[in-house]
Amino acid sequence: MIEVIDLHKAFGTVKAVDGVTFIARDGEITGLLGPNGAGKTTTLRMLYTLMKPDSGQVLVDGVDAAVDPIAVRRGLGVLPDARGLYKRLTARENIEYFARLHGIETQLMHQRREKLVEALEMRDILDRRTEGFSQGQRVKTAIARALVHDPKNVILDEPTNGLDVMATRGLRAFMRNLKAEGRCVLFSSHIMQEVAMLCDRIVVIASGRVVADESPDALRAQTGEANLEDAFVKLIGSEEGLAA
Amino acid sequence: MSAMLTVWWKEVRENLRDKRTVFSALIYGPLIGPVMFVVIMNVLVGHEMKKAEGPLKVPVIGAEHAPNLIGTLKQWGLVPQPPVADPDKAVRDRDADAVLRIPADYGKAWSKGEPVQVEVIFDASQQNSGTPTKRLESMLKRYSQEQGALRLLARGLSPSIAAPIVVSERDQSTPQSRAGMALSFLPYFFVIAVYIGGMYLAIDLTAGERERQSLEPLFANPVARWRILAGKLGAICSFSLASLILTAVGFSIAGHVMPAEKLGMVFDLGPGFIADAILLELPLIAVFAVLETLVAAFAKSYREAQTYLGLLMIIPIIPSMMMGFLPVKPAHWMYGIPLLGQQIGISDLLRGNPVSAGDIGIALVCGFALALVIGVGTALVYRSERLAISA
Repeated sequence: MIEVIDLHKAFGTVKAVDGVTFIARDGEITGLLGPNGAGKTTTLRMLYTLMKPDSGQVLVDGVDAAVDPIAVRRGLGVLPDARGLYKRLTARENIEYFARLHGIETQLMHQRREKLVEALEMRDILDRRTEGFSQGQRVKTAIARALVHDPKNVILDEPTNGLDVMATRGLRAFMRNLKAEGRCVLFSSHIMQEVAMLCDRIVVIASGRVVADESPDALRAQTGEANLEDAFVKLIGSEEGLAA
Repeated sequence: MSAMLTVWWKEVRENLRDKRTVFSALIYGPLIGPVMFVVIMNVLVGHEMKKAEGPLKVPVIGAEHAPNLIGTLKQWGLVPQPPVADPDKAVRDRDADAVLRIPADYGKAWSKGEPVQVEVIFDASQQNSGTPTKRLESMLKRYSQEQGALRLLARGLSPSIAAPIVVSERDQSTPQSRAGMALSFLPYFFVIAVYIGGMYLAIDLTAGERERQSLEPLFANPVARWRILAGKLGAICSFSLASLILTAVGFSIAGHVMPAEKLGMVFDLGPGFIADAILLELPLIAVFAVLETLVAAFAKSYREAQTYLGLLMIIPIIPSMMMGFLPVKPAHWMYGIPLLGQQIGISDLLRGNPVSAGDIGIALVCGFALALVIGVGTALVYRSERLAISA
């Protein structure tokens, strides 16, 4: 479970995150929805302790990120906005590097890797160097790398960005699977349909603030719009940054 | 396997797959010194041998006024060349190393027994002119002394009357020390090998990772950043150590193929030299690794880091230049100054003087202390939020 309480973060005079509060529960998919530049990536970066909030608190499974950042990172699987694979290493070596950094035993590492390779259908690219990978192959490798330590909480920053239809469908099935395994899945997106289809809960962010935190049905009811896209536009007050 | 070792092994393996890094760290860096050494020494030897033993070709103006003098000088190796119209211009333009001018009244003055003035025209700022001018002058001096002695004998006096002081020269330099003087540039190549050996890794592991946006996922792992930094520094040190060992071995091999004995020089570049030289340079490996990483952490891109580190390469030249232009008497405290200590230490080893364990100890302690100070600074920069964010 991930709890975020009144986070603030400013870069100079720009308030990137200005009072964000929400809870992402285990066994649920929580969507962080907002237009580009709304503060989604900055919020997520504070969750996985890459950035320190100016104020506010982050709790992952009850552990305060400010107190024990290493324990927090151990409980998280993170796909950052920047995928950042090592292009001179193969997909297998990329995955095993992160497994070693988590201190996973060799045998367990092989088991976990095999499971992820099956689930993500990436057998054919496993022993190729990642230089020249397609966007979809890169995302698969980065996700396998991020989840090799079997984390209870999964954070995915715009996971379907740049993927084609087939790859997107595959990724959605994978995320539902993570939910079925009882994990807490938190992902950011600016695509309405995707969030509507996947999420148990939607946290809408605009200009660094939470403007709604509901289930998709409740969101439609709250705004009086049958269509989620219209509901979203109404919430953030403009059509700026909407790329469906 | 601990996190530090994991990072170290990944970086070493990844960079061994990069042709540019391998070429500069393990081929270009270590070989440039020994190759330059062999080339320069061969040119130097060839040049000096030719000057010292070959026929001395000097334009002579007014040779017809002193046939006896010219005849004797010819026996000693002079090959008179046709006179030149403007001797000053000839030596300035390096058409001649030196010009000898004999005045028209030479014969008249000689028969009266009066001193005769002959002129040797040369340009001391031309390095080439040194040896020929010296040879010509010593021939003239010898001729003058012999003729003077004959004149004294003709008057029934002992020639020793005209020589109240006899100078006997005793050169205290040994063949090794002469070799060392000729090679004051050599320690610089050791430093450069260490510097270049780690440079591309330092750039790649910090500025490069940042540019490729792989620092962010790396820092999301449950490993303290200083451990990641330590692993990366370890990889940089491994490459520069490899470069240093290759350089030392390269010089050792070069020392065997050198025509040094022709110059009266002896190089003792055996295993003892290799071991001492590597030991002396060890702290520089650490100093450069942290310094290069620190600089690379400030750069926003690979290219920017490359530019900064290229400029920084000037620093190690300073002690070599200083020792070359202002020969200072080495003192023990100098071993405490990184770079300077390595410069005088390696120069001493080349001269065949052993460097004491105490001096090596001072160099090691002070060098590693400096590396530690810079290292703490680098670790602080590594903790900053700014470092991981590429976009």
